[in-house]
Amino acid sequence: MAVKGLDIFKLTPKTNCKECGFPTCMAFSMKAATGAVAIDKCPYISDEAKELLSEATAPPMKSIKVGSGDAEMTLGGETVLFRHEKTLVHKNLFAVELSDAMSDDEVAAACAKLEKVHYDRIGEMMFVEVVGVRYAADKDKFVGLVKKVFECGKIPMIITVDADLAKAAVAVAGAKAIIMGATKDNAAAMVEVAKAADAVLGVTAESIEALHDLVEVIEKLGYKNLVLKVSDTSIKEAYANAVDIRTATIKGSDRTFGYPSVVFTNLLAPGDINMQIALASAFVLRYGSIIVMEEVDFNAALPLFGLRQNIFTDPQKPMRVEPKVYEFNKPTGKEPVLVTVDFALSYFVVAGEIERSKVPTYLAIPDAGGYSVLTAWAAGKFGSSVIANFIKENNIADLTTSRKLVLPGKVAVLQGDLAELLPEWEIIVGPNEAMQIPKFLRDMQA
Amino acid sequence: MPYKKTELKFSGKTNVCEIGVGDAAISIGGEKTLLFLGDEGFKPAVGIAITDSTEDWSDCFTTIYGADLKNPAAFAKAAVAKSGADFLLLNLASADPNGADNSVANCVATAVAVEAAISIPLVIEGCKNAEKDAKLLEEVAKALEGKNVVLFSAVEDNYKTIGAAGGMAYGQKVCAESAVDINLAKQLNILLTQLGVKSKDILMDVGSAAAGYGFEYVASTMDRIRLAGLGQNDESLQIPIMTNVSNDSWGVKEAVAPVEDAPEWGDQEARGIGMEISTAAACVVGGSNAIIVRHPESAKTIKSLIAGLIG
Ligand code: B12
Ligand code: SF4
Repeated sequence: MAVKGLDIFKLTPKTNCKECGFPTCMAFSMKAATGAVAIDKCPYISDEAKELLSEATAPPMKSIKVGSGDAEMTLGGETVLFRHEKTLVHKNLFAVELSDAMSDDEVAAACAKLEKVHYDRIGEMMFVEVVGVRYAADKDKFVGLVKKVFECGKIPMIITVDADLAKAAVAVAGAKAIIMGATKDNAAAMVEVAKAADAVLGVTAESIEALHDLVEVIEKLGYKNLVLKVSDTSIKEAYANAVDIRTATIKGSDRTFGYPSVVFTNLLAPGDINMQIALASAFVLRYGSIIVMEEVDFNAALPLFGLRQNIFTDPQKPMRVEPKVYEFNKPTGKEPVLVTVDFALSYFVVAGEIERSKVPTYLAIPDAGGYSVLTAWAAGKFGSSVIANFIKENNIADLTTSRKLVLPGKVAVLQGDLAELLPEWEIIVGPNEAMQIPKFLRDMQA
Repeated sequence: MPYKKTELKFSGKTNVCEIGVGDAAISIGGEKTLLFLGDEGFKPAVGIAITDSTEDWSDCFTTIYGADLKNPAAFAKAAVAKSGADFLLLNLASADPNGADNSVANCVATAVAVEAAISIPLVIEGCKNAEKDAKLLEEVAKALEGKNVVLFSAVEDNYKTIGAAGGMAYGQKVCAESAVDINLAKQLNILLTQLGVKSKDILMDVGSAAAGYGFEYVASTMDRIRLAGLGQNDESLQIPIMTNVSNDSWGVKEAVAPVEDAPEWGDQEARGIGMEISTAAACVVGGSNAIIVRHPESAKTIKSLIAGLIG
């Protein structure tokens, strides 16, 4: 923390009135300096003093809002380097890049892809959030593309170093669009444009040292709504930049670098989508905040969005669903019962497949500790007695006249024991993977 | 203030484990800092996987390998040629007593034939039945004495046999497998060293999952292991990590669903490669020292990712 307890102490009236819940002003000041208690718990510190302090006691990495309305997202605000230390708070965003050099057909195809790759994964919508538009030669077309991006509900990233052009583009881009960006040569003009439009300004420089200097210049010009572009000259430099910038912020309390990063994998590996997938995956783990790709089709989206969803889950919050009997596709009291665990991921995968099958079904979920099928089984939380007790205690035999109970294929070993514990029921071993459930259910129906 | 790099301090170093023999030998491990900035000993190796049981393998591999798919030695040669991998993993799933239950003698013969067919280091994966793998990997170790292969893997239930045969009697390397848990990984490493296996002869498989399928646990397990080994100098965790992402990546719906089942998802092979590359790349920056993949394209991409990071 840049601010010391003594600095805060000087701003209190030193009356030890205890209203803040601390025995002395000094005790309060020491705690406040660590960020453990909010400054405004002392009613006697002036508003100006608070403002000064809240800046100094805020986490070193700023939270930056990008986009407006439904498209609004928050980046940054991270307090740790590794998710197990606490949690990562704001997932990275994915972006694709268009340009006025593309033909209308190419732009149309890219837009169609953006619309197509838009789906639900475990209760969260997956889609590309940001679309970069790079200026090549045609100013009108460029501005038109930015407008189109905004109208499609994406967050525009205006890629040009021409401040006048940026001004024209940002006027049609909605609030909190991203302008990429400011260089040492155009900083003052770009700051003015960004300020007037309430846009997020991307800062670019040819080295990490120069980037640091430029951020200081821009902050002095009064703008702190920034994102930082990591190098695009080589993979080595891009990765080292992303790691060094985040490390300086989190471990070195270097507030100048306390901004989200932007990584252009499309410039690091042009034309090589597999390499872009590899790079994007590396940057999901290691400190890319906006990750730009040439295009995002399902071969890239499925792994990348899944990986991001994993990495940005809060390790302090178990992802569980409520143990109970769930109904799918309107069962009528005579359909079979499937069994799975209360781990949210397992539940959503299985639920999605049952829905896809359109076959009416019951899904019984005992308390399995919130673990996946094999983890729960190995931990002794998803054994035959757990399942049998759940079936009995919930009177599932009254719910349906069917006596078919389907186990996940991965715990086929439970079949024999369960058959003994639930003699009325026919214990059926289902497939190993949820994706085989639709065929399995349809075959069973036949 | 001008920029000043924040250096994280590391006192430990990951062991270097040499696999293979002669000119073909490679070193795994040896990094001295976390976050793998391309220097300080960072250079993960990339392995290509083959198997003696290809029933569950996607159709794209039939297109790639043709008839070689049914002949492990030819399969191995083709895999090395097509992928440019640093080492090869031979999976002996046919040994599974709950599956084909192929005899130990047959499997050993396969391993010997594959070893003779290639000139890069070899990793032999059992069938993941602890009892059978103990017998199988012991015999493999014996038959390939002097070849410095990796026995993949020893688990709590069979580490004594595999450790004694592999690491000690026949001078092979032993991979210690645990289930995404730093304490289990540590414990098995300690058990193996107490048994008498030298720590430079041990690798560890700390578990894996496909991107999107519980990978956060894998990522955090790797982070914690590397922080303990490099940051706190915990010697029992300074063992190089070997991760086989091929089975998980090619087993999930994203890779397995045929185009008819998921027409909007497009080309099935591209999806499988995407899953594999994403998972492998995440392991590279997580601190895995040897990544094993199935598709030659994945191997090439991960090799160039590593080359790019090293610069
Ligand atoms: C992440 C993970 C963990 C996490 C837990 C995450 C969680 N909430 O479950 C942690 C780190 C805590 C963990 C702990 C342990 N784990 Co664990 N873990 C994994 C890992 C890497 C991924 C699991 C996962 O998320 N899978 C994804 C979900 C969606 O899969 P799923 O639930 O099986 O669902 C699929 C199918 O089963 C099917 N399905 C599900 N329900 C149904 C229902 C029907 C009717 C049908 C038809 C299909 C179906 O659909 C899904 C998709 O296809 C696996 C290895 C791997 N790569 O799979 C090991 C693994 C499951 N763990 C294992 C073990 C041994 C353990 C421990 C016991 C280790 C230990 N000794 O402490 C502990 C147990 C916990 C404890 N003691 O407290 C072993 C199990 C070995 C075995 N065969 O029995 C595995 C396989 C690793 C290994 N290779 O050794 N683990
Ligand atoms: S409320 Fe303010 S004045 Fe009162 S004890 Fe706390 S810090 Fe001191």
